[in-house]
Amino acid sequence: MSLESIRSSVELDLAARVVDLVRQAAGPSAEAEVMVRHDAQALTRFAVSMIHQNVADAVTTVGLRLHLDGRTASGATTIVDADGLRGLVERTVAAARLSPPDGTWPGLTPPSPLHHSAGYHGSGEHSRLDFGFDEATARATPAERADRVRDFVRAAEGLETAGYCRTVYTSAAFANSAGQSAEGRTAEAAMDGIARADGADGVARLASGRLADLDGTALGARAAAKARAARNPVELTPGRYEVVLEPEAVADLLDNFSVFGFNGKAYAQKQSFAELGADQFDPSVTLIDEPLGSRDEHAAGLPFDDEGTPRESLVLVREGVTKAVAHDRTSAAEAGTVSTGHASGSSRTWGPYATHVRLEASPAPAAAPAGDPADPVAASARPLVARMERGLLITDLWYTRVLDQKTLVITGLTRNGVWLVENGEVTAAVGNMRFTQSYPQALGAGMVLGIGRESILLPDRWSGTRFAAPALHLASWNLTGNASG
Amino acid sequence: MSHFDEASAAVQAALEAGARYADCRVMVRRTESMSARDGDVEEVYSDESAGLGVRALVGSSWGFYAVPDLSDSAARAAGRRAAQIAAASATVPGPPVDLVSSAAVEASWANECEIDPLGVPLSTKGDLLVAATAAAKAAGADLAQGSVTVWDTRKWFVSSEGHRIDQHTRECGAGVWASAFGDGEIQRRSWPSYGGQYGTRGWELVDSLDLIGNAPRMAEEARALLTAPLCPTGETTLVLGGEQLALQIHESVGHAIELDRILGWEAAFAGTSWLDLRKLGSLRYGSELMNITIDPSLPGALGSFGFDDEGTPATKRDAVRDGVWVGVLAGRDSAAVAGLDYAGSVRSDGWARLPMVRMTNVGLEPGPHTLDEIIAATDDGVFMDVNRSWSIDDRRLNFQFGCEIGYEIKNGKRGRMLRNPTYTGIGPKFWQSMDMLSSETVAWGTPNCGKGQPGQVGHTGHPAAPARFTDVRVGVRG
Repeated sequence: MSLESIRSSVELDLAARVVDLVRQAAGPSAEAEVMVRHDAQALTRFAVSMIHQNVADAVTTVGLRLHLDGRTASGATTIVDADGLRGLVERTVAAARLSPPDGTWPGLTPPSPLHHSAGYHGSGEHSRLDFGFDEATARATPAERADRVRDFVRAAEGLETAGYCRTVYTSAAFANSAGQSAEGRTAEAAMDGIARADGADGVARLASGRLADLDGTALGARAAAKARAARNPVELTPGRYEVVLEPEAVADLLDNFSVFGFNGKAYAQKQSFAELGADQFDPSVTLIDEPLGSRDEHAAGLPFDDEGTPRESLVLVREGVTKAVAHDRTSAAEAGTVSTGHASGSSRTWGPYATHVRLEASPAPAAAPAGDPADPVAASARPLVARMERGLLITDLWYTRVLDQKTLVITGLTRNGVWLVENGEVTAAVGNMRFTQSYPQALGAGMVLGIGRESILLPDRWSGTRFAAPALHLASWNLTGNASG
Repeated sequence: MSHFDEASAAVQAALEAGARYADCRVMVRRTESMSARDGDVEEVYSDESAGLGVRALVGSSWGFYAVPDLSDSAARAAGRRAAQIAAASATVPGPPVDLVSSAAVEASWANECEIDPLGVPLSTKGDLLVAATAAAKAAGADLAQGSVTVWDTRKWFVSSEGHRIDQHTRECGAGVWASAFGDGEIQRRSWPSYGGQYGTRGWELVDSLDLIGNAPRMAEEARALLTAPLCPTGETTLVLGGEQLALQIHESVGHAIELDRILGWEAAFAGTSWLDLRKLGSLRYGSELMNITIDPSLPGALGSFGFDDEGTPATKRDAVRDGVWVGVLAGRDSAAVAGLDYAGSVRSDGWARLPMVRMTNVGLEPGPHTLDEIIAATDDGVFMDVNRSWSIDDRRLNFQFGCEIGYEIKNGKRGRMLRNPTYTGIGPKFWQSMDMLSSETVAWGTPNCGKGQPGQVGHTGHPAAPARFTDVRVGVRG
């Protein structure tokens, strides 16, 4: 990323111009909202212990949604010169006029101040813009990412490695014809890699608002230790097992809870298990969406959503009781409530969902037993493993898909390291297994035997979402087959 | 309007900055989509995206940079940046990179299209979706949804080896689905497939689907599923409909034969493959009825093109012949590493993304039977169709699929409807058990194939027909 990529007010100016163009093209009665994002993403990807794909792009996207004479249409363009913006407006106005009436239009966000960060030390006078924004991460060079990859590869000490080091910088602005306007910027760094030993893989994964927090050597060493410990796996008989899920696996639970459970549209359409006010989880479970960061963490997301609604923390589950689901303005209107700031470009179709969920770590942590560097057990999981009489330690989950959305029965596979634990000790590596499990049932009352003492920030492997997850000790996990047959 | 000049400028700048090979894709894409729910249009969306992506090879290391600016100066800057990024890649180097040959051609290609899908008025599209979802609602659906999507892509490709190729691809598709809510569960039926049917065709494809005529049956079947008996648990004979078999091919054959996965280039994310290159040409993948082709030249299928994103012309190739694995999906660099002499399966999902090995049209050649004959020849089994969920391990070996609907098969006849049908297995064992295959082939389109980091969404096609498999484990539940 180059110095010129750090921008100021460019997006807000663009958004205001598009609102003006809509007024000129469709008159003062047109309701218009404009989201402008400049995303500069760079990803240095390695496999077979070499950098094989090294990519970067910098794209400004202007999104327009307008409501005209009772009809609604949306559009977007990456062509931001005068002709491109005029074309976007003309195309979207024409689309609205040709569209059938929209009886679900929720209206525009009124002028509303942004919420301050939950407390990151960088917030303060400038927090409305920055929320702990790390300029060094936004300016990261290909060489800086390559350095971390080289450190990861070296730390694996000859094992084959693969993964990525990523930096993302986003500068965005929102404006609508009701007078709401806002701008903000974020930076994110992430590293995710595996080491491979005799067909066994080990993983290390971490997200941060600062590239400086990512230590390729530490991550590579951890992945290698897990890979070596995962060699020579035994096959276990499928069935229900007590398990400790490491943070990487727990992130998958949070992802599926967010997308299918605490999704305001799914909730309004009765496709979600969520029941507000109901005891649906073990009392030890608290889930919070934190787009503005918390404690010593940088903000992960922008301080407003695609409808200009200010974002803030949202408690989804407090001590086992479901408290809220994520809403945009459309799902909120359908549910008779207000938006929680979770509108996205696709939320009207697929529903709004939380993208920065934290499972609260145990408030009364036990000291983690000191482990040797080759210990395959994550620090967050060690106290939980020590208490498990017989069960499985699972590092990661893979290719999880919903079998039944209402009960959130999900099938998927284990990945990147599974071990048998007996009397609090890891006794054998285990081959990957398929599971078929209702996620809410797995975290139901009495089913959560322990939660780790620290939440680890983890990047989603596909999109820009982020999760904060501790290890989790569960009474039962339904393993339905061996991956090898 | 041509964009060869901008692409050439980017390539030239990359060469001047030290690249020994460079190529550039300029792409201009318009997308239009509409969704409806319960007789009302829910969302109308249109998108226009234009930009260029440059790939530079410096020594044995690649770099890629993309910008949305089509000016000459931006193109040159992007070329230089791609070369700089490649230089950074060289700090963690691999073995020397070669590219298998691809004849430098100057060509132009466009797919067949009778009715321009972007030219069809939004009001027509809206009327279709409103009528289809209203028909499903009136027939008893608790939730009726539908969508149409249109893509119009123009692409100009230039390489430092002399390729100059422009392509115009028009794709579209549509679908309708009905959900019925029961006590703690939801049943859904989709027409004509999960998420709809798509192809590199004009609006005539959507016209052929008869969404309105089929929507009421979807609602009736979704409601009937709520009280249908559960799919039994155990091992049995499984007959799959063509739509489900298309996804089975996609997941357990298409991804497995991607050469980048076989070489370990996707190990950390998408995964690897159970296939070992040393067994190419000898490994038994399936029964002798299994003949899988890679065919991007298939007219109208969603994975069709004239040239891939490295300039290799679309060519039909065998992947599995008489049950034996004989071919892979390859790119110019991966083919060279593997010692193969063909590429042709590299694409990106837009100008801002690196081209990579992707499925094209990967599908089964027709068999000798019909679905009626297959059912008549089955004493005891289960028929399943239309995908509901899919999951497969990172080696593309262990799969579990759920389907929307199932039926008992008893004494050669289709019996009771079954709800929540699922099946699971291991790829080669499953394919080797295929003992009957229909000739009723449809090229199903999959517009949502995810791969790569940053993520890319690919469009793939899968010719498939109903088929029978023996001793399959069904009825897996949580």
